[in-house]
Amino acid sequence: MANTQAMCSSFLGELMTATHNFTTSTGNTFKAALYLASATVNASTTAYSSTGEVTGTNYTAGGVSVTNGTSPLSTNTSTTAGTGYWTPSASITYTNVTLSTAFDAVLIYNFSASNKAVSVHTFGSQTVTAGTFTLTMPSNTTSTALLRLATT
Amino acid sequence: MIVTTTKGDMDDSLLEKKEGFVDNDDEYTTWVEYWLDGELVHRSVHVQLKKAVVLTAAAASFE
Repeated sequence: MANTQAMCSSFLGELMTATHNFTTSTGNTFKAALYLASATVNASTTAYSSTGEVTGTNYTAGGVSVTNGTSPLSTNTSTTAGTGYWTPSASITYTNVTLSTAFDAVLIYNFSASNKAVSVHTFGSQTVTAGTFTLTMPSNTTSTALLRLATT
Repeated sequence: MIVTTTKGDMDDSLLEKKEGFVDNDDEYTTWVEYWLDGELVHRSVHVQLKKAVVLTAAAASFE
């Protein structure tokens, strides 16, 4: 099986039920868990699961908290279109870990809302040995933000 | 410089260092490895994601 980058379909519906609150400080806590290259996380993923998650020295099941220092923003691009967007305000870092089995995906999920899934992001397969794995976020703009909701 | 390794903290002068990177449409990734007598004792990876996930939303008309 394989992991596929996607916004989780369940998240789309949950946006209309106010399940997720990305407001900084007063909003929900979001976490980031790493998944083995042999796992299957994709648009069909509805919640965090330890199935297929990496294991190793100094890695805690469930991953790490995502730093949220900037609430979602939105911009109109015309009278009929615009973009809402959000990006974690700091890199996601797993420090001094040993992850010997190849992994290639991170699941962002809402720890405050029964671990409901938000999105899956993939990258080239990696291992880490007594080292640090860092995911640096893209710039938080209408064209590059990690999560974007756009109308055309 | 002190490096965390599978053998404990070690001075990098005692280790062989290897570095590399991947640059494509999806990511810019760098990695650094330290080897001791042919054994990998440290590997760190830094991934910069380039491709976001985008939801396209729409409001239907009553036509």
